[in-house]
Amino acid sequence: MTDVANDVIEIIAKKKRVDKPDVEVTDRLEDLGLESLDAVEMIFDLEEKFDISIPYNANTNNPRTEFDTVGDVVKAIEKLVAEKKS
Amino acid sequence: MTYVNRVVVTGLGAVTPLGLTTDSYWAGLKQGVDGIGPIETIPDAAQLSQKVAAEVRGFDPLQHFEDRALSTLDRVSQFAVVAAREAIAQSGLVIDEALSVRTASIIGTGAGGQATVDDNFRRLYVENKTRVFPLTIPKLMVNAPASQVSMQCGLRGPAFVVASACASATHAIGLSFQMVRSGMVDCAVTGGTEACVTFGTVRAWEAMRVMAPDACRPFSKDRKGLVLGEGAAMMVLEPLARAQARGANILCEVVGFGMTADAADLTAPDLGGMTRAMQGALDDGKLAPEDIQYINAHGTGTAINDETETKAIRQVFGAHADKLAVSSTKSMVGHALGAAGALEMVAMVKAVQEDIVPPTINYLGSDPACDLDYVVDGARAMPVNAAMSNSFAFGGLNAVLTVKKFS
Repeated sequence: MTDVANDVIEIIAKKKRVDKPDVEVTDRLEDLGLESLDAVEMIFDLEEKFDISIPYNANTNNPRTEFDTVGDVVKAIEKLVAEKKS
Repeated sequence: MTYVNRVVVTGLGAVTPLGLTTDSYWAGLKQGVDGIGPIETIPDAAQLSQKVAAEVRGFDPLQHFEDRALSTLDRVSQFAVVAAREAIAQSGLVIDEALSVRTASIIGTGAGGQATVDDNFRRLYVENKTRVFPLTIPKLMVNAPASQVSMQCGLRGPAFVVASACASATHAIGLSFQMVRSGMVDCAVTGGTEACVTFGTVRAWEAMRVMAPDACRPFSKDRKGLVLGEGAAMMVLEPLARAQARGANILCEVVGFGMTADAADLTAPDLGGMTRAMQGALDDGKLAPEDIQYINAHGTGTAINDETETKAIRQVFGAHADKLAVSSTKSMVGHALGAAGALEMVAMVKAVQEDIVPPTINYLGSDPACDLDYVVDGARAMPVNAAMSNSFAFGGLNAVLTVKKFS
C-alpha cells in the first residue's frame, strides 16, 4: 500500500462511527457510518495532510455517490497529489 | 395581572473560577476566595498588558465530552452544557418525550465562541494558512450554547441565545421565568455562559481602559476597574405545582423581573435606567423595598458603575437602603459578561436558601460616593427572605431579578 493510502485510511478511520478495528481500501464509505459533517472534516484533514485543494461543495457533491469505497478516495487523493507535483 | 404559575428553582449548575460545580463555587464564595490570578489559558499572555483574569482552571473537556464532539464545541458551549447537565441532575427532572417538547433552553452569552474566532483567524493572519477548521461556523455562532444545551440534554422546546452583553444571562433567566409563569412552557433550562479570555478579546478590553491591573475591588476606595472572568451557570425553572407534585427539592421562588434601556450613553451607566429596572423587578414580584434583605450588585469595580449603582439603590430603597446587605461576587469571580447574571443568580439563590450572604472581597476602605453596607468582612449569616440581583450592560441594557425564600 502507498503512503498516501495509509494516510487516507488513517484520516477516514478517525471519523468512522462503526465498531470495526481496521479500515481497508475495500471498505464502502457507507458502511463506515460517516455522518454529514464528517465529510467536511475529512476533506479538511486530507487538504492539510497533503497540502492540496479538494474541490468539494456540499450542495453539489455527494461523497457517498462519487466515492463508493475507501480505495476510490485514495485514488482521487493520489491523483491530486500527483497533479500538485507536476 | 394574574399568572398561571408560580415559578421555582429546582436545580443549579455552575462552572466557575472558584470550582467546577455549584457546591465548590458556593463554598468559594462563602470563604471569600479570590478567583482572579495570572492569565494561564492564553499562550501569548506575556505580550498582554493585562496580566490577570478570573479563569476557569482545571477544566478538562475530555472528562465531559468525547474527543470528536469537541470539533463543534467551543469552550463557551462546553461550559454551558456541563452546567446544564448539573442543574438538570440536581433538579431530578426526568426529561421524557412529553417534557422534552415543553422545555425551553434559553441561554445568555455576550460574545459567543471567541476562542474559535481567535484560533482560526490566527491561522489566517499569523500563520498564513489558507483555510480554517471546517466546523468553525457552527462552533463560533453566538447561538451555539443554546443549540448544544438543547441537543446534549434533549430539550426540544423554545431555544435561543439572548445577547445583551453583561445582562445577557439575567435577560435569559427573566425571559424563561416569564415563559414558565405564563404557562408557555413547562420547564426551562436557563442561565448564561462566557469564555472570552482570548488574546484578541483581552486586547480589545485593554483598549477600553476600564480594567484593573491586579484585583477587582467593587465599591472600594482606590478601585481601578473590572477584571474579566469566564464560566457558566445554569438553572432549572419550573412551575411550583409541578415541582411539588413530583416532590422536587425547591431551592427558592423567582418572583420578579424588570428590564429597561437607558437610550443614553453606549457605555456609561444611567441612574434612570438602573432605578427603573430595579423598581420593575420589585413591582413585578409584588415586593416592597422593605421586603428585600440582600442585593447581589452588578458591582463591576469600575469607578462609575459602583457610584451610580449605589445612588440607584438609595433612590429605589430610600431609608431601607441602609438596612440592606449589598455585595458584589465579581470581586471573587471577575466579570463573566454574558454569564455574570447567572453566576450571580446562583449566588443569590444559595444566599436565600442558606441565609448566608457572600462577601465583597478586596475592600480597601470606604469611598464617600459608595456608602452602603457592602459586606466587606467576610460572608454574613443573616435571614434572607427576599433578594435582588442587578445586571447593567454596555449598550444601556438593564435587567434585574428578584427571588424569595420558598416556604
